[in-house]
Amino acid sequence: MSNEIAILGAGMHPWGKWGHNFVEYGVAAAREAMADAGIPWKDVTFVSGGATIRCGYPGFVAGSTFAQALGWQGAEVNTSYAACASGSQALAAARNKILSGECEVALVVGADTTPKGFLAPAGGYRPEDPDWVRFYLGITNPTYFALYARRRMDVYGDTLDDFAAVKVKNSLVGSKNPRARYRKCFTAEDVAASAMVADPLRLMDICATSDGGAALIVSSLEYARKMGKGDAPRVAAISTVTPTFASSVVEMPDIATDSAAAAGVDAHAYRSTIPLKAYEEAGIGPQDIDLAEVYDLSTALELDWIEDLQLAPRGEAAALLRAGDTALGGKIPVNVSGGLACFGEAVPAQALSQVCELTWQLREQAGDRQVQGAKVGITANQGLFGHGSSVIIKK
Amino acid sequence: MSGKPLVPAIEGWHTMEAKPHLIGTQCEGCGTFFFPKQNHFCKNPDCESTDFREVELSRTGHIWSYTNACYKPPAPFVAKEPFEPYAIAAVQLENEKMVVLGQVAEGLSVADLKVGMPMELVLEELHETDEDVKVTWKWQPLAS
Repeated sequence: MSNEIAILGAGMHPWGKWGHNFVEYGVAAAREAMADAGIPWKDVTFVSGGATIRCGYPGFVAGSTFAQALGWQGAEVNTSYAACASGSQALAAARNKILSGECEVALVVGADTTPKGFLAPAGGYRPEDPDWVRFYLGITNPTYFALYARRRMDVYGDTLDDFAAVKVKNSLVGSKNPRARYRKCFTAEDVAASAMVADPLRLMDICATSDGGAALIVSSLEYARKMGKGDAPRVAAISTVTPTFASSVVEMPDIATDSAAAAGVDAHAYRSTIPLKAYEEAGIGPQDIDLAEVYDLSTALELDWIEDLQLAPRGEAAALLRAGDTALGGKIPVNVSGGLACFGEAVPAQALSQVCELTWQLREQAGDRQVQGAKVGITANQGLFGHGSSVIIKK
Repeated sequence: MSGKPLVPAIEGWHTMEAKPHLIGTQCEGCGTFFFPKQNHFCKNPDCESTDFREVELSRTGHIWSYTNACYKPPAPFVAKEPFEPYAIAAVQLENEKMVVLGQVAEGLSVADLKVGMPMELVLEELHETDEDVKVTWKWQPLAS
């Protein structure tokens, strides 16, 4: 019994700092996905939205907000919030609805409008809130990315040149992506000249926050065949697992890790456990993957993800990078969309944008960014509070 | 110093003596440590205990990783003017099998640090108010 669903359409509003209402981005992405699928809005019976927590009540009920904006037509709605994995969780909700037979065609949408500057916590004296505590003690988001990056340098021998090479690689492909926010080809010298933010990471090693929107039209395989799209890319697996106690890596916004002192408890690195369920569910392994879209919140984090996806042994992602294997045309291209380096993060849209890119790649519609012969792709991301996801798309 | 009284920036999270300890809790059922304190439920999925004792955590450990803050964080952080970058360390406590973050003592930079380096806990000023000086825990290389 297959638990696959078909991706009939993909759409994105270009990423940027447009300053418009997030609903505009979501609607634009949804209309593009429906046009791409050849599905009229009234044929959609389930709308699954990724929530944004920065845009008030309409953002908390994003699924219904998008449905209303497109015109109430009686579809059922759902809204998922899972930090950076929100889009994947919204996609999983649509898959469940389709596989249960309750729905044939679903629209999945995520969109965000981000404020300028640091994302600061609420004020007052609130030591019970870990987010308040870490800002009070002087620990910001780049602190965590920098701790992971520095550990790579001291333990595996990665260099600043390696991290800069990730940025150069991603900006080269991103320059060919009309939906990307940053389309300049940066050089290693540009990275080295940018300001140090959290040693060893410079401004150009760290991704920005962006406005953007992404959407998918998904259906049962039978429905896809009936409309002559039996060869559409399929969602073969979705993993949204939580960590396993004890979590060994200090994660934003915490000030400490779990303790693994109890008998029978081992320390686990959460990121590396996320793709395991996806591989198992799809019945494939890392050797079957043709390309990956990973959450490069920092340049160094892309290297961590390559190892977490088992595309390289632990500590050897930089060697893969140096050999050109993760570039377009290499053995296992990573972030041929340009990644977060070129997009910036639009939280509820980002996991869906990864799936959009894989969809276009597997349909061989990615133009100058096309990975030749791509048949299987994987996404990976991780966000706050034990949220993460990995999605496998195959032909 | 200003002569103002020294008070903890966050009440009850560390002792105030010259060789300070972080104050956590330990589960009476399974022995898991918690920092910040956890008094109501154990996060070990194999443990349903609701009994915890307050414990002083090890005041020494080894660097898991380190970085610095080159830009002034937003409030509630209270920055000195002009802002001085400070180093940050994530320190592995062997007995508790956990990693705890903290600023590194003033005057030290990332150039002074290395993964695996032994560190100890000290108290330093976090910021000053009209009434007192708020102190917090920081890490510094263990005096050999």
